[in-house]
Amino acid sequence: MVNLNIDGEQISVDKNSTILDAANKLGITIPTLCHNPELTTFGGCRLCLVEVDGNPRPVASCATFVQDGMQVRSSTPYLERLRSTNIELLLSDHPNDCMLCERAGNCKLQELAYYYGIRENRFEGTRRIYNTQDNNPFVSREMEKCVMCGQCVRICEEIQGARAIDFSYKGLWTKVTPPFERDLDCEFCGQCVGVCPTGALTGKMWSNKGRQKFREVDTVCSYCGCGCNLTLAVKKNKIVRVYSRKNTINEGMLCAKGRFAYEFVHSPERLSRPLIRVNPKSNWVLEDSDQPYGSGKPRQRLAGFQDFKEVSWDEALEYIAFKIREIKENSGPDAIGGLSSARCTNEENYLFQKLIRAVIGTNNVDHCARY
Amino acid sequence: MTNSIEEIKDNDLLLVIGSNTTETHPIIGLQMKKALKKGAALIVIDPRRIELVKRADNWLQLKPGTDVALINSIMHVIVKENLIDRSFIDARTQDFDAFKESLSEYTPEYGEKITGVPAEKIIETARLYAKASSPGIYYTMGVTQHTHGTDNVFCIANLALMTGNLGRRSTGVNPLRGQNNVQGATDMGCIPNFYPGYQSVSIPEVREKFERAWKAGLSPRPGLTATEMVDSARRGDLKALFIKGENPVLSDPDINHTVKALKKLDFLVVQDIFLTETAELADVVLPAACFAEKDGTFTNTERRVQRVRKAVDPPGEAREDSWIITRLAGKLGYDMHYLSAEDVFSEAGKMWPALAGMNYSRIERKGLQWPCTTRDHPGTPYLFKGGFPKKKAVFTSVNYRPSEELPDSEYPLTLITGRELLQYHTGTMTRRVEAVNRASPEGYVEINPEDAAGAGIENGRMVRISSRRGSIKIMALISRRSLKGTVFIPFHYKEAAANMLTSTKTDPVAKIPELKVCAVKLERINNAREKEQV
Repeated sequence: MVNLNIDGEQISVDKNSTILDAANKLGITIPTLCHNPELTTFGGCRLCLVEVDGNPRPVASCATFVQDGMQVRSSTPYLERLRSTNIELLLSDHPNDCMLCERAGNCKLQELAYYYGIRENRFEGTRRIYNTQDNNPFVSREMEKCVMCGQCVRICEEIQGARAIDFSYKGLWTKVTPPFERDLDCEFCGQCVGVCPTGALTGKMWSNKGRQKFREVDTVCSYCGCGCNLTLAVKKNKIVRVYSRKNTINEGMLCAKGRFAYEFVHSPERLSRPLIRVNPKSNWVLEDSDQPYGSGKPRQRLAGFQDFKEVSWDEALEYIAFKIREIKENSGPDAIGGLSSARCTNEENYLFQKLIRAVIGTNNVDHCARY
Repeated sequence: MTNSIEEIKDNDLLLVIGSNTTETHPIIGLQMKKALKKGAALIVIDPRRIELVKRADNWLQLKPGTDVALINSIMHVIVKENLIDRSFIDARTQDFDAFKESLSEYTPEYGEKITGVPAEKIIETARLYAKASSPGIYYTMGVTQHTHGTDNVFCIANLALMTGNLGRRSTGVNPLRGQNNVQGATDMGCIPNFYPGYQSVSIPEVREKFERAWKAGLSPRPGLTATEMVDSARRGDLKALFIKGENPVLSDPDINHTVKALKKLDFLVVQDIFLTETAELADVVLPAACFAEKDGTFTNTERRVQRVRKAVDPPGEAREDSWIITRLAGKLGYDMHYLSAEDVFSEAGKMWPALAGMNYSRIERKGLQWPCTTRDHPGTPYLFKGGFPKKKAVFTSVNYRPSEELPDSEYPLTLITGRELLQYHTGTMTRRVEAVNRASPEGYVEINPEDAAGAGIENGRMVRISSRRGSIKIMALISRRSLKGTVFIPFHYKEAAANMLTSTKTDPVAKIPELKVCAVKLERINNAREKEQV
């Protein structure tokens, strides 16, 4: 263990800790844009600078290991001036699109500009130019908002192992791009979206649906069996975006489906009233349907609905009960079966098998574990 | 899974069999990548050149359906080179000697003959696995969806047992569950031979316990599995079927068979969130709530019970499945009354001790892994610590049997079906997500370049692919991902439905259909549109 002093407070930490780790342990906030404890150290944003006694110049606290007897100051007028200047430099090349930006209110850069009171900019001038053509369906890339923190590049390589993006060009012209500045064409896990501190990377489907004051509901993903924890952001009874918290079993990571494939919940094709068949079952052929889904039509106008009429719950359930009783009487309970669902909750599955076993009286109950 | 997802990163060897993990379980894939970064070795056993292959130290590209021969020959080498864990075998297993005898003919050379995997690779794999200190085996439907699926799983169990690689942290056998709550649906007794908690319907004492709790007489006869129900409906024995949240028309093998069977029913009820292909055949369709519209729990692949919370209201008059079931029970004269989802959960906990220690407040923030028997039990991250429930694990000798439908002169190719990264299952949900549809718009058949050249097929062409059961039109994707002589089709796409072709042959024990092997033929369609190259 190593003992050091930060802002007059003594702390003892593991020798592999950085000054930033030690400060976090003490509850001292040091601003950063590029630091992410899950990723390798980058040291690029120069906001976490601290003064260490005996060092002639400030050091980046995220990239400096602790030493015994260190005397550290995390905030001095000189350090704050350096930080403020760094933010001003970042903003000199920023579109100030906060009015429409998806990240307004939840943006590290905006928060820092607010904290340091930066409105005028001494460094305004040349701006990076981006080709905004980007046809991928998932990730919105407004790269003029990028602050070169490199978290997206590192998470793509170090966690996802996809290496879909990297830095290209040099100096002011540095940008994060897919190879040859083509459209993003990757696994679309959106890990990059999850770590971006600004509005450079957002979900395309988030756009203009609501960015602040949404209700957050923690739940579990409904796709594969990993059981990733999701947080659904809800506004006006609609899911407007999905993300995951860091302290979950999936450590905040999601895949394309978990993060981006929630639109079906609010599809106009959702069933909303019980249906009873009125026409005989048609001669049903799959190949006839060229574009089967996502037509956007309200469900009543879809093919398939014309054979049914909408009825009340009472009518539908009475009818089912009548038919079940009739078949049970004529053919016995084992002529009835139930297929439950791996998509439904434990509670619903428990109730379903209880319905089939205790109410109908057969063990003909199964689900899709085999498919 | 016998282990936890979080333990994967500490494996020093990953043996991935029949699982395209990075596409089908992306977040488990991330844990595997963590282990590889820390220096773990990776062995991939798969006929397809899946994404993990490029990260693998050793890739065993076996012919589809030859898993038993491959694993037996790996075990043959382990016995021959005396890499077995004698003390584990003596202390915790039985019937090893007879099992050892059964391996004698499976030399690596014999294995190579059947599987197409070079003998050296078999030997190398045996050494790598047996010498690893904390190896994990991961498998999915590539292992189970065979007429010898149960045998494949026995082989995997034997391999772990003979090397003592079970019952420790980061060491075990891990089937990865393909859907959010397959684990839970099975735990809760939605299987024909078990009540909740794997308690057999044919043991009288168990049945009496449930009869008392549910205040109803229960049938002593084990029921039919899903595949048997469809067969029974086709024969006319099963008259009525209540399907909740499933789309067997697209997910079950041989769509023509499934559709004929479902149409023959006197009465079909489908309860779902969309008018699925199955619902189109129903007599009554009930509108259900989706995962974001209800409270409850899901159990993930590592046996972790986690809270599902209602975020939005269901559309129109759509209702939670629990509401529908309890109302219907009422109409049938059975009082099924619960105050909340937690009320149901606690009843399940009373009937199954492994859940007894959980309640919603304990899993409010982080889920618990069963078994969790008491209110202060911390849950069970990995199974079989210190012993097996039946004291001694039994070795099961297994012999290689070829798949039921092998390629022949008329149908010369082997079809493998499976999932891709972006679409999900029968597409009921993901195909209604515009972004997903733009990235993965249509079905395709992956064809090895040599097979494509032989049939005169160019990339992007529409082709006709047929089996003894049906035929579909589909876009050709020429790719080295497929082994020569095999083709792959994702089963998400209704207009090019892989299950038009698949066979209804099932495993004799698990009744799982052989979705990973059937014989097909490929023909080019003339005048088909050109597919734009991207």
